[in-house]
Amino acid sequence: MKTHENFSREHLQYVKKQRLHAALVWGLRLGVLALLLGLWELSTACGWVDPFIMSSPSRIGKTIASLYRDGSLFYHIGITLAETLVGFVIAVALGVVIALALWWSETLCKVLEPYIVVLNALPKIALGPLIIIWFGTGSKAIIFMTVLVGIIVSTMHMLSAFLATNKNKILLMRSMGATKFQILRKLVIPSARPSFISMLKVNVGMAWIGSIMGEYIVSRAGLGYLIVYGGQVFKLDLVMSATCILCVLAAGMYFLVVLLEKILIKNTER
Amino acid sequence: MKNEILRFTDVKLIYHTKHGETTAAENLAFSVHEGEFVAIIGPSGCGKTTLLSLAAGLLQPSEGVVESHGTFGYMLQKDELFPWRTVEKNIFLPLEVKKINTPENRERAIRLAEKYGLKDFLKSYPFQLSGGMRQRAALIRTLSSDPDILLLDEPFSALDYQTRLNVCEDVSSIIRSEGKTALLITHDISEAISLADRILVLSKRPARVAYTHELDFGDIKNPLKRREMSEFSEWFEILWRELNG
Repeated sequence: MKTHENFSREHLQYVKKQRLHAALVWGLRLGVLALLLGLWELSTACGWVDPFIMSSPSRIGKTIASLYRDGSLFYHIGITLAETLVGFVIAVALGVVIALALWWSETLCKVLEPYIVVLNALPKIALGPLIIIWFGTGSKAIIFMTVLVGIIVSTMHMLSAFLATNKNKILLMRSMGATKFQILRKLVIPSARPSFISMLKVNVGMAWIGSIMGEYIVSRAGLGYLIVYGGQVFKLDLVMSATCILCVLAAGMYFLVVLLEKILIKNTER
Repeated sequence: MKNEILRFTDVKLIYHTKHGETTAAENLAFSVHEGEFVAIIGPSGCGKTTLLSLAAGLLQPSEGVVESHGTFGYMLQKDELFPWRTVEKNIFLPLEVKKINTPENRERAIRLAEKYGLKDFLKSYPFQLSGGMRQRAALIRTLSSDPDILLLDEPFSALDYQTRLNVCEDVSSIIRSEGKTALLITHDISEAISLADRILVLSKRPARVAYTHELDFGDIKNPLKRREMSEFSEWFEILWRELNG
């Protein structure tokens, strides 16, 4: 292992430059955020825009604080988060299982192809009334909507990953006398791991779309409910607050997936 | 003459696609004996790889018989090491697939790897190895389940020239010293001459054996030494004419 003193001066300068650049990027990112928030606050404070329809960072802060005080903040976050996560997990799990079945049977895959294409193209919101009638107005309906939005995407994503398994590696496995199940377990599934992660990333977005859309249609609680309710009674502070919380939650979930990626896929796979 | 380990008798193979059928091979007949190194060369597109698939039993002939007495190990153009497995785990793959992943067999595979210079790389991942080392690891993987016949499908063609000569040398010495039977498919005439005991020249499609040559280099089995001998260029000329004639 080379210690610090052993590096050439040129290398140290190079490392320093890289670090400086990274710090600059982060500084600018935060700067952009501060600038936007500051401009927003300033323009409402000076009366350039009407804070009643534009809200403002300080009003959002106050709204979130009062939600926190009356105990409803974590209640609404908890409900939406639970619906999103449950829907996400079900959509991913079912998507993977269906994709495996379609990989296993080429006939099944061909038979179901048109149905999958149509389901994919169908705007799921069109099923709103049906979902209310089938599942009532509770969390079940919202979870169903979330699954519906995510499942086709995860199925198609994973199927194309399974089908893209290197043909020569399959030939190699067959030459060893591998059964179809062995090929699946030792080759197809491990080689689809990077695609699995990218599917998760896409599905984070899908799950939030599904759960918020579900809450728009039916709900008595949750962040989507707060947004709809706030819009109806013209409390735009509430709409903005819920939207900001959603941004934070969605980003958090995305970073969890990135963390999983670091654990699951080592830098060994190129 | 030693025992026959692989025999093709009047093999015919027809490929079917939506748009029609192609006869890939017809009246194809040859045999390989134990301990022999046979190279097959042929014009491009004559179905050389098909022939290996037939030999390994991955394809059934439309007519004729393919008989084999023994187990196969297949080595492809690219090393096809699994990037998520260490070199060691890659070498164990055939043992796992064949459900003979016993401590003794693993031990044997490790010894083989150590003997042929992979000792320090067993715990490494494939991307950490050079192209030549990767191909060597692929050969050890092929040998780990102790197959009777090695089927080599242009195993050097993806390597640059320098590495190619070295790996060719490696593979030759490993196969010779392990006393394995090998069937090499290649489009490279000089590779065939430098490695084989016997060369079969295939015709254009439908493939059949057009010429057979026993190579006589005395006891010289080393590819680089063979390349320096005067017979080498004579053989090259003969085979060149037969391929293009």
